[in-house]
Amino acid sequence: GRVKEMNTYAWPTVFGGAGGESERTRADIISTVEFNYSGDLLATGDKGGRVVIFQREQENKSRPHSRGEYNVYSTFQSHEPEFDYLKSLEIEEKINKIRWLPQQNAAHFLLSTNDKTIKLWKISERDKRAEGYNLKDEDGRLRDPFRITALRVPILKPMDLMVEASPRRIFANAHTYHINSISVNSDHETYLSADDLRINLWHLEITDRSFNIVDIKPANMEELTEVITAAEFHPHQCNVFVYSSSKGTIRLCDMRSSALCDRHSKFFEEPEDPSSRSFFSEIISSISDVKFSHSGRYMMTRDYLSVKVWDLNMESRPVETHQVHEYLRSKLCSLYENDCIFDKFECCWNGSDSAIMTGSYNNFFRMFDRDTRRDVTLEASRESSKPRASLKPRKVCTGGKRKKDEISVDSLDFNKKILHTAWHPADNVIAVAATNNLYIFQDKIN
Amino acid sequence: MNPCTCFFRLGKGRRGSIRFLSPPVFLSSDLQLLQWGSEGSLNHRDRNSAPQPLLNPRGGLLPCCLGAGRGLGAGRGLGAGREAVTSSRRRKNMAGASGLGTGPGAAGGDGDDSLYPIAVLIDELRNEDVQPPLENLATVEETVVRDKAVESLRQISQEHTPVALEAYFVPLVKRLASGDWFTSRTSACSLFSVCYPRASNAVKAEIRQQFRSLCSDDTPMVRRAAASKLGEFAKVLELDSVKSEIVPLFTNLASDEQDSVRLLAVEACVSIAQLLSQDDLETLVMPTLRQAVEDKSWRVRYMVADKFSELQKAMGPKITLNDLIPAFQNLLKDCEAEVRAAAAHKVKELGENLPIEDRETIIMNQILPYIKELVSDTNPHVKSALASVIMGLSTILGKENTIEHLLPLFLAQLKDECPEVRLNIISNLDCVNEVIGIRQLSQSLLPAIVELAEDAKWRVRLAIIEYMPLLAGQLGVEFFDEKLNSLCMAWLVDHVYAIREAATNNLMKLVQKFGTEWAQNTIVPKVLVMANDPNYLHRMTTLFCINALSEACGQEITTKQMLPIVLKMAGDQVANVRFNVAKSLQKIGPILDTNALQGEVKPVLQKLGQDEDMDVKYFAQEAISVVAQRLRKLDFPVKDSGEPSVPRADKNHFPRPRVPGEDTGKGPVYQLHGDTRDTLAQLEIAELVHFSQSRD
Repeated sequence: GRVKEMNTYAWPTVFGGAGGESERTRADIISTVEFNYSGDLLATGDKGGRVVIFQREQENKSRPHSRGEYNVYSTFQSHEPEFDYLKSLEIEEKINKIRWLPQQNAAHFLLSTNDKTIKLWKISERDKRAEGYNLKDEDGRLRDPFRITALRVPILKPMDLMVEASPRRIFANAHTYHINSISVNSDHETYLSADDLRINLWHLEITDRSFNIVDIKPANMEELTEVITAAEFHPHQCNVFVYSSSKGTIRLCDMRSSALCDRHSKFFEEPEDPSSRSFFSEIISSISDVKFSHSGRYMMTRDYLSVKVWDLNMESRPVETHQVHEYLRSKLCSLYENDCIFDKFECCWNGSDSAIMTGSYNNFFRMFDRDTRRDVTLEASRESSKPRASLKPRKVCTGGKRKKDEISVDSLDFNKKILHTAWHPADNVIAVAATNNLYIFQDKIN
Repeated sequence: MNPCTCFFRLGKGRRGSIRFLSPPVFLSSDLQLLQWGSEGSLNHRDRNSAPQPLLNPRGGLLPCCLGAGRGLGAGRGLGAGREAVTSSRRRKNMAGASGLGTGPGAAGGDGDDSLYPIAVLIDELRNEDVQPPLENLATVEETVVRDKAVESLRQISQEHTPVALEAYFVPLVKRLASGDWFTSRTSACSLFSVCYPRASNAVKAEIRQQFRSLCSDDTPMVRRAAASKLGEFAKVLELDSVKSEIVPLFTNLASDEQDSVRLLAVEACVSIAQLLSQDDLETLVMPTLRQAVEDKSWRVRYMVADKFSELQKAMGPKITLNDLIPAFQNLLKDCEAEVRAAAAHKVKELGENLPIEDRETIIMNQILPYIKELVSDTNPHVKSALASVIMGLSTILGKENTIEHLLPLFLAQLKDECPEVRLNIISNLDCVNEVIGIRQLSQSLLPAIVELAEDAKWRVRLAIIEYMPLLAGQLGVEFFDEKLNSLCMAWLVDHVYAIREAATNNLMKLVQKFGTEWAQNTIVPKVLVMANDPNYLHRMTTLFCINALSEACGQEITTKQMLPIVLKMAGDQVANVRFNVAKSLQKIGPILDTNALQGEVKPVLQKLGQDEDMDVKYFAQEAISVVAQRLRKLDFPVKDSGEPSVPRADKNHFPRPRVPGEDTGKGPVYQLHGDTRDTLAQLEIAELVHFSQSRD
């Protein structure tokens, strides 16, 4: 059903460092969260280059409450730290984005990327193993082929279910700048990858060649005024993609019209309100995420203070603007000083496009119901919630008098930020990454 | 993150990709095959495995390993006799297959690439009970494996009797066509056409029905596979069915929402058009093709341009004149450069495929105006595409038109800012030469060549060097000596090695063209002078030139002019030069006579063999052994019946006995084999024996 009672999210699962803050290490910080197309799997990537996949439990009679719970399914090291000797640059292992491929057989495939290299992973199950190979002994060492005098047929033996993740393709050396987005095309054979200045188009089976489709690098880098911040393919129209910029604009390109998409076919920009202009205007208007609705009719953009919904047929202004944490407008100066103003919040749609979700500070995240225009602030934290209890809406007090249960703007913890959230494609299940913890909430079961 | 209870693997383990023809490896970690095999009784076979020799004497693997798997599926074993017979055939085919096996290794990690050799093997078994594994392989996610399995299935289908085809093969295709995952349905698309011709009418109707449903599959992958096989399928259908069923499918695919599907329909259009009459074409195909020419997506229009010659042939002259020529004009002025470039590539073929009597007028009136525009296109790819074919028009248009209309274009292109355009014109000069003679061009040609020869990009210089022999042939020796010779010599001292190397080869080709006398007078003196150059790289270039030229120049020039220089350079202070002297002596050895070898080369090599530099020593010793071989052969021609006169030398190293002076001049008679060190050791012994003999 739709999110009528958005505050009834119960609280079945928390993953992450059980210890206190002190045990939190940088490598454990979750850097991306993504459901697959069916919603049965949820992948997270972290700053340590690991990918953890959670699987939703099937109905289980012995444990009636376990339905829908997500448990760890597979963990693997996707990227390792590297060093670019030519440029004397360290390449972090941090997973910037994960995108699932539409399922094509019993296995699952996903793309994961750090700043430079995109990898295609296959996650498959194995419950039988072969024994008695001709060419290798039981430890897997190759036998000398000349010592093999008799042949035997390997035998299949059942074994404990094993989930393997194996790298199938590595798409490297195509990006000079840092990759911020990857997006799989609806033609199921290509995907795009975007860095600060360029967007490349890849074929999923070809690793040694990609096509540059957008290049906004000026001949003279001193003339650089904007960078690409996010890019995504349209969910149904294989020829359409959008990319957002640090100037708060979104360009929609049609790959049919030309091989190089440097010229956009639509340009979405909201005229600036002169009254609210300030030193920080440009910084806070930078778009940190862009997402098409499942229907393909709308797209949503997140800037520092708000989330906007655009109708693809109207370029002049968004059809909806939701304030995420307007109370921070007065604090931009200190947010600039502690660099928080550059935080890149992501946003997501629910399965029916009727609600949207995005993160904030103090482990708060926000949900907006597009039909009823209601919104709610919820908190992801161990202390404030009990298992199977509903989440309590939170309020930030902006005026002088603080009511009971309200929290003052001044006491918000800006180190606890929720940048990455994901919504199940069909059900009311959400995943919220709060630094090194992953919270999975779902609609209360009756 | 909490450690998880689930099993995980980092996927970093050592996993060599399993290649064919490496020692027998195909029963590796392949679950697919084993799952199938396990339907039978693996253990049973294992216990009863007969103690017969499974490896044949030559170390090749008998097919029993597969026969075992196969026997399981069928519940029987295979006779050893038959296996032995098939083994030789397989060996041959294995060698052939290994060439194809380059793809999956690159495809990545583990698992499926080991399936590949199995697919190849089963390919050759040609037996219906191998279908289960092939059917499995046709559904895996790696495209290379799937394609190979499908290829095998297609071959197998031809070995079926019509009855067996319907009993076994058609059901398999149906299973694939209704598979859950797109991988199996894409594979099915390629199999309909091979079973359709020999199926009964009832089955034919079913096959058509299944193909229809795949053409409107949910996933674009399957629709792409269906669209790419539509033409092939149309060819095996009855004409009525083509009209009533294929054409509507074609129309649908050509208006698919995915442009990757629509563009494949253009390809199908060619095959379908070949089957229909002119009237049918006009009513059934042309509306769709017209739509493709104006498709919103440049990729579809590109495909029309790319397939234009095929379309032109399939549609016939009438439709070409009425529809295709105007369409081509549009493609030549398309807003997307990729499309214009693809169309520009087809200009020559278009002309050639026109009816002879109308060619000239059509090109002059309807195509040439657009070509003139393209010569000054904004996009370099378009211009260079045009430059690569435009010369071909001169044969079609004849002398007068070429001089009046094409020549100005050529001259403009020779001055184009983009080097590739100039290069493409120069590389196709032969076409023009036939029609108007190259003199017309030579005045403009020279500045263009000089400019390319001095281009800042070494790849451009390299490209123009490659065309020098051709140009020399076209322009004649006088023009060459006068204008181009100095360029060729200048390249010898280029600062890029690849250019110097290409320049050396160029000299050789020029000598082949202009003869030894020319070489002796113009090239050799200049090359030899460089031996005194203060730059050791240039001194080495002399040696490289001698290596290249000695063969073409023959024994006399080599012995009298080149050899003294080489020998003199043996005292060079730079070790690189010295060991290149050794290499050169080895190279020119076969051209020299015994006296020179014995009296001049051998002492110098022996001296170099004592050099303090180990590389010089190494190459000198290598040269000594080769020269020794040569000497031995000159002195002791091997008799037909006898053993070689030198003990321990392998007889196979002497292809046939030779007598002095018999030299064909085709390079060293003897070449060192793969493992140089071993051969060398062997030869050193041979050489010692030889020298001691000659002392006697």
